[in-house]
Order: sequence, then C-alpha cells, then structure tokens
Amino acid sequence: MAEPTTILAVDEGPLPRVPVGEWVDTAIDWLKDNFDPFFDAVKTGTETSVEGVTDGLLALPPLLFAAILAALALVVRSAVFAVGSLLGLLLIQSMELWEPAMQTLALVLVATLVAIVIAIPVGIAAAKSSRVSAVVRPVLDLMQTMPAFVYLIPAVTFFSIGLVPGVITTIIFALPPGVRLTELGIRQVDRETVEAGHAFGSSPWQILRGIELPLARPTIMAGVNQVIMLALSMAVIAGLIGAPGLGQVVVTSISRLNIGLGFEAGLSVVILAIFLDRLTSSFGERRREGGLRSRLVRRRTAPAAGTPVVAAEDTVPASRPTAGAGI
Amino acid sequence: MTALRVDGLFKVFGRHPDQAVDRLRAGASADDIRASGATPAVIDVSLAVEPGEIFVVMGLSGSGKSTLIRTLNGLLEPTAGTVHVGDDEITALSGKRLREVRQRRISMVFQHFALLPHRSVVENAAYALEVRGVDRRTRLAAANEALALVGLEGQADKRPDQLSGGMQQRVGLARALASEADVLLMDEAFSALDPLIRREMQDQLLELQARLGKTIVFITHDLNEAMRLGDRIAIMRDGRLVRLGTPESILANPGDEYVERFLADVDRSRVFSAGDVMVPTSTVSVDVTPETALAALRERGASALTVVDGEGHLVGVVTGADLLSSSGDVAAAVRPPAARVTPSTSLADLLAPAGASEAPVVVVDESGRPCGLVDSRAVLAALAGSASDGRPPAGSVGDRADQLEGSRG
Repeated sequence: MAEPTTILAVDEGPLPRVPVGEWVDTAIDWLKDNFDPFFDAVKTGTETSVEGVTDGLLALPPLLFAAILAALALVVRSAVFAVGSLLGLLLIQSMELWEPAMQTLALVLVATLVAIVIAIPVGIAAAKSSRVSAVVRPVLDLMQTMPAFVYLIPAVTFFSIGLVPGVITTIIFALPPGVRLTELGIRQVDRETVEAGHAFGSSPWQILRGIELPLARPTIMAGVNQVIMLALSMAVIAGLIGAPGLGQVVVTSISRLNIGLGFEAGLSVVILAIFLDRLTSSFGERRREGGLRSRLVRRRTAPAAGTPVVAAEDTVPASRPTAGAGI
Repeated sequence: MTALRVDGLFKVFGRHPDQAVDRLRAGASADDIRASGATPAVIDVSLAVEPGEIFVVMGLSGSGKSTLIRTLNGLLEPTAGTVHVGDDEITALSGKRLREVRQRRISMVFQHFALLPHRSVVENAAYALEVRGVDRRTRLAAANEALALVGLEGQADKRPDQLSGGMQQRVGLARALASEADVLLMDEAFSALDPLIRREMQDQLLELQARLGKTIVFITHDLNEAMRLGDRIAIMRDGRLVRLGTPESILANPGDEYVERFLADVDRSRVFSAGDVMVPTSTVSVDVTPETALAALRERGASALTVVDGEGHLVGVVTGADLLSSSGDVAAAVRPPAARVTPSTSLADLLAPAGASEAPVVVVDESGRPCGLVDSRAVLAALAGSASDGRPPAGSVGDRADQLEGSRG
C-alpha cells in the first residue's frame, strides 16, 4: 500500500489508494526528460507565430485598422454591425488597451487556427467511424470539464510561464466544440443525398468534399464560432500564467484591487468577443442571395477574366468558395 | 440478353444473417427469423428485367422493395444471391470497379430528390459526369441537353430550392439521364409529389421512355402508379416476390388474396383499354340485304355488326333490332357508332360515349378498319373486375392479334 501522498488523505478508506496523481507526475517528468527538444520546438514555433501575428495586427495605425475591421463587418454582415464594431474598437483604443487587445486577438487567432486544423479532421473521423467517436468523446469530455487551472500547471512545467503555455491551454480548452460540431454536422447530412453520391459512383473523397462538407458547413461554422469564443475566454485566464494581453491587465487589476482598470479590460474582452462572434456566425449563414460578400467571393475565385459568372462556382478543388471559406 | 438479372437474392439485417438465410432456404418463415433477432428484408427474389421495359416493383412499406432496389446498384450488399447488370456481376464488384459501373451503366432517381442545395440546377444535372471526370464544358452541355429533355430549359442557373417539388424531381431525372446509363433505378421517385404533379411526371416519364427506351426499375407503393407505368409489375410482400406479370394479367388474375386486396383500390378504367374489352366484330358491306346481315349476326352470335362502305371505311353499326325493324336495306338501318376509338384508348375515355348512346363503340385499327365493338355492358363488367360473356378481360397482345385475324376471316 502506498503512503498517503497528500495532506488531504486523512484516513485510509476501505479501498486501496490508487495513486493517479503520482502516475501523472511520473508521466509528466518522463515527457519532460525525453521530449524536451519537441517542447522547445513547439515553444519556438508558437512564440514566433503569435508574436508575428501580434506585430502584424499592430503594424497598421490603430485607427486605420479599426476602420478596416469595420469595413469587413459591413461586407460580411450589415451597416449596423459595422458602426457598432467601429465604436467598440475606438473605445478600446481610447481606454489605451489597444495593444493588449491585439495581443489577445493574436493569441486567439493562432490558437483557433491550430484547434480547427486538429478538430475538423478528428470530427470527420468520428463521424465516419463509431469506434473513433467512442474513443474521442470521453477525451473531449475531459478536455472540456477538467478545471482549466489543472492543466495550466503542467503547461507551465513544459513551457515555463508566458505566452506559450497560454496558447497550449487555450487550444486544449477551445478544441472540443470544433470536433463535436463537425461530427454532428457530417452525421446530420441527409442520408439520401450521400446515397445519391454513391449511386453515381463518387469516391469517398468526392462525397466528403462535394457533398458532406458543403452540407455540414453551417454546423461546422457554428463549431468554429464556438472554438473562437472559448479561445477568447481561455486567453484571459491564460493571463494568470503570464500570457500577454488583456488577461494580464485583468490579473494586474485584481492584484491591485483596481476595479476601474479591471472593468475596462473586461469590457474590451466583451467587445472583441461580440465582434468575433458576429463575424464568424455570418460565415456559417452565408446564403446565395447573400449580397456583397458572396459576390465578392465569386469574383475573387473566378478563374480568369471573361469566364461567365456561373463558372466562378467551379469545382476546381482549391478555388471552391465553400471549401475555401469553410476551413 | 437481359438488362438486369437478380438470382436468389437474400438480404437479412441484424445478427447472424448467413444462418438466417440458411434457415429461410430450409423453409423457415420470416417471423421465425425475426424472433431470433435478425430482420429479413428480401427473401429469395429472382427476376429478370428486359432491355427497354419499365419494371415496377410494388409493395407496402416494409415489404423490402427499397432494400431490393439498393442491392441492384450495390448500395447494399446482399446476404446471398447475385445481381447482374448486363454482363457485370454487381455483387462480385467492389471499390473502383463498382464505382465505374455506377458511373456508366446504372443511375438512380431518389424519393426526396437528393439534390445538392449548394449547386445550381445545371451543376446538379452534371453531377454524374463530373464524378466520372468529364471536362466542364462537355458535362455542362450534356446536362443542359438533359434539362431540355425534361422540360427545364431556362432553369439551369437556379438553385434547387428555388424550384417546386415536381421541378426538383425533374432535375433528379435529368441528372440520371445525363449520365447516359441504360439502366435507371427510380426509388419512389414520384411519391413525394402531390397527385396532380405526380400524374404529370408519370406522363412525362412515359413520353421520355417512348423516346429513349431506357431500362427502368421503378419502385412504388401506389398500385395505380404501378399499373400506369409498368410494362410488368412485381408485387412484394414481407420480403418475398408474390406476383409478377403485366398489369392486365395481374388485374385479371390476382393470384392470391393479398394481391386482390391491393387491387380493390385500382382505377381499372385506366388500366384496361378498349382493346382489352372489345368483342371482335363482323363487318358487312353497306349494300347487302338485311337478311344477309342478320345471318352474319346469328353466325357470329353477336348483338351488332359494323358496316363499311365499298372502300372498307366505317359507315356505322347495326343491331339485330335495327335490322328486323328496318323496311329497306342495311343503309337505312345503320346508325352512327357511339364513338370511334383505337385499341389503346383507356376505358376511362370510353365511359362517356358508351354511356351516352345505345349503339356500341367501334374500335378501329391504324388503317381505320373496324376491328371490334365495345358495348356499355363490357365496360361495366371490366370495371367490376368480372369478365363479360366468360371471356377474361385481359389478353396478351398475341391473343388480340388472333382475334383480329379471326374477325377478318
């Protein structure tokens, strides 16, 4: 029988103590000893990409960048959304929180991208195979319900404090809805339509790309939207372990009991969240009559001058607007 | 060469399907198998579909007809038995070879259309060719041609959800036609449409079929539809094929109680045609004496004669009563027929004229020669499902030809 390993183990119960905690510690140590070069590479890669994106976001004059985002809002959604976005972004600037806001945005963008690149293929695999689904589901449950602070600690052991563990924990926390909604979306595609694909002799890849992904697109985009929202909420928690951005401002304001600063940082998070949510949910709802944006997409993807407009919806793999915007 | 051949086909879902097939072969009933936890959907079905025919498989839901049609193009793998499309044994193919057969030999139309909502109508119609790797220009041209064939010119750039149900199913039909496969599977293709549109689609299908001569396997639960469309009908019950024959032969001779109960709802007036119920007629020339005509009438045992002029053109009909009461020659006794119809005229179209006049309806062949008479009694008898004067209302085309010969001799 193992010795009690924590001060909480007051009493030995009727069951033998299963040393889960020790196993985890051992595993973490082993990983750290044997995979150090790997973690270094991840660390460097993450730092470079997030800092690169942050620099990119801060390269433009804040006013100009806010105007560009507002224009994007106009194209994707509506004038009301554009005006609201512009006012919100200007408010962040006037509160002098623009730089941390852009740091947070960069972190969210990178974490979201990585999460989606993992989540969509896993979701497809889970939709295709009940066995994969059965394995993936408890893992997702664990990722979503394990208190975030618990994996902040090992992340810090691997990557020390700062930006990188923040990104990693954000990815872990934000990934599950991407997988779940991709699986759901593909499973919900009308059976007869998939059957039609088979009946005309499509290969599994043609069915996935030409039928299942386009038809599952609204659901998958809802998943992407959820990934972004969760990433944003986690990015703030990541401030606790030194990830730069609005989270750090929040942590500072808590330690100084500065209510005003804390509220300003919180409000900035809300503004970013609403902007990102409305923006990404519009992608999922895109419909054919969908005005300016779809016309822009068509023009952008038209293969050559002189091709009629219908031809813009061609099925050349890389230039499909559906596939391009969906993933 | 049959277009499509099914031999000893079984499809059992659930546990231990192979054992279930063995037990079914040994004579176990479907209920026995169900009790053991497996579901037999298709039980020992064998059939052959000839090139160019519309073969209707009809049955209630759960009778196994949808499962059967899905084994024909390999969407479902049968538990036992084989399916041949032409020379290709579908059941022995897999992967790439099976996809090739589906791309070129056999296409399908679905109950709920199964169109791709994110593509335009013409792109949907071109789907089969796209899968096959046909270049864009060629496949769109073929798709536009197929759309014109089903009457959807000018709709090419719309999205499926901008079209009505009937039009959407026409896109589904165009998609299947554009693939140029000779075998067309239609799975309850018109069942989701409202009755008027359904009639329209049935007419269009018959018209297209007259032009294109595809081999069509049509699944339906609607016996009227089966009777309207089918050259032959297979009736399925509980996974088994219980009756196979032409619409007329099934109506005339249901075979068992189950089929008979189905037939109760059939609109017989649209299944039977004038040719099925007519009595072969004797023809007399207009210038013979009433006595000669009466003699011909007696010899024939008929109630009326057709009267023609010197060139063989129809003048009218005379009944025995007319001849007896006539003072002069036959010409004075002759009266116009209730109507002149061709052998393919449906009974539905005979009802009004046959009811409106005491004279019989005259059936004429393509050259305008009278070949038979239909009186209102025969029409009523056929509608009631019993044969008039002991003659079965249905006859094969061959039978009818014999009768024609006899009437001329």
